[in-house]
Amino acid sequence: MVKAEGVRKSFGHVEVLKGIDLEVAAREVLCVIGPSGSGKSTFLRCINHLEKINSGRLWVDDHLVGYRERGGKLHELPDREVSAQRRDIGMVFQRFNLFPHMTALQNVIEAPTRVKRVGKQESRARGQELLERVGLGDRVHAYPNQLSGGQQQRVAIARALAMEPKLMLFDEPTSALDPELVGEVLDVMRGLAADGMTMVVVTHEMGFAREVGDTLVFMDDGAVVEAGDPKVVLTDPQHQRTQAFLSKVL
Amino acid sequence: MAADTIPRPAPPEQIRAVPVRHAGRWVAAAVIAVLAAMFVHMLVTNPVFQWGFMVDNMFAPPVLRGARTTLLMTVLAMVLGVVLGIGVAVMRLSPNPVVSAAAWTYVWFFRAIPRIVLLFFCANLGALYATYELGIPFDRQLMGALGLDGDLRFLGLDGNQIFAGFTAGLIGLVLSEAAYMAEIVRAGIQAVDPGQTEAAGALGMSRSTTMRRIVLPQAMRVIIPPTGNETIAMLKDTSLLIAVPVTSELNFQLRAIGSRTFQIIPLAVASILWYVALSSLLMVGQHFLEKRFSRGFGSRETRAQRAAREADAVGSTH
Repeated sequence: MVKAEGVRKSFGHVEVLKGIDLEVAAREVLCVIGPSGSGKSTFLRCINHLEKINSGRLWVDDHLVGYRERGGKLHELPDREVSAQRRDIGMVFQRFNLFPHMTALQNVIEAPTRVKRVGKQESRARGQELLERVGLGDRVHAYPNQLSGGQQQRVAIARALAMEPKLMLFDEPTSALDPELVGEVLDVMRGLAADGMTMVVVTHEMGFAREVGDTLVFMDDGAVVEAGDPKVVLTDPQHQRTQAFLSKVL
Repeated sequence: MAADTIPRPAPPEQIRAVPVRHAGRWVAAAVIAVLAAMFVHMLVTNPVFQWGFMVDNMFAPPVLRGARTTLLMTVLAMVLGVVLGIGVAVMRLSPNPVVSAAAWTYVWFFRAIPRIVLLFFCANLGALYATYELGIPFDRQLMGALGLDGDLRFLGLDGNQIFAGFTAGLIGLVLSEAAYMAEIVRAGIQAVDPGQTEAAGALGMSRSTTMRRIVLPQAMRVIIPPTGNETIAMLKDTSLLIAVPVTSELNFQLRAIGSRTFQIIPLAVASILWYVALSSLLMVGQHFLEKRFSRGFGSRETRAQRAAREADAVGSTH
């Protein structure tokens, strides 16, 4: 579903991704851990072209992200086609980024009605269904600032799911939450994984990575240091830097 | 039980202390009261005010028409100014440097010109060309190059007709207002969290949909209070239309009566009262607009929200 080959990304003179190679199969859950500044969020943002990569290749569902290759040359995709690619990729942000001037339900149905031109009736019914799925069937008319952080993040997940994505990206979805609210968001994500959603999750929740992740990637200083079965990597890290990181967080 | 033997502490006694006397406050209030009384006394006893005469003329038919013209001009100039201002603001934030520079130049130029000077210039644009025509740019040169005769113009307007009176005034005020509004709108757009644009982009929304549906509605919350000020300033600046001149406007009409009857003060007071009343009217409108666009920013349930919740509750009982 996702394939990265030698992905590099610089901001000015600072190279934050120094050649990332990885692959995520359909229905797989990939968890990415690592210290802050290791480039894991940047990599995630490259997957839906919120950041442009400087070199390497990145495919989602066998389509090159943000470019088209023709006659051995890369052509940038116009905005319209980038948008079309993003429709199949759901993203959940650390700071939720819900639309504050819209209710939970309006947040969820905005993209389907405006982008996919789904009818009002149909999208409302589907939105209600999605909000029920994340346990917020009774808060559909609440504005984001009337919801707790955990509830807001669950609305954000429902909003991403409303576009029926093939792939979901999670950028530290529980890092901005009070500790007692982390569980409810992870429960929703666990449910998604069980339903067979392909997911890339940047997280600090080692318990979640161990339990739900099919693969765990440890990134440091813009590179993949170690990858493998989460249970193995977390209990028996091979690389020294992984060991040092895990000894601090576990 | 132990609780029976230990006496519960008596409830604390209500404090009844002698309050501090604020002598200064009483003195200040007394001074203001005396000044106010003097002011009212002057209004009532000074014969120059001619209150009866003022009231008679304040609501004379030409003055009422003047008030209508002033309000219409204010509303039209603001609506068109806001629309043009949004356009300039969006251009200013464009990634295209030429477009952005053009917007910057527009704001720089029109903010630098005093309104009364701009209005006077607009009123005399008829002197620049006798007719103003719409067509293909450089059409004569083009046709000449092709060895043809004639032009490519489809609409011609008499310059002295468009650049006179109401239209000239409106054009001047709109051009000036758009420059101020562009800066206000730009500040509003930039106040919206960039995460909002990202989230909309990640959902596959286009740039224009994101601007229209996500960014501008949130920017409105920041844009409306200064726009209210602009509207009130615009109401007052319609009195500058004397430079065009727009003779049907409120202040022009009141002054005309004043100079005709040699009763300058009563009509000047009438003018003050009219502008105060119309400003107050606009402030009420601003209040409701602010309420509308603060959705999702207060913690109180809005009326629409309650209605939706109640409608759901009714629906679920059936």
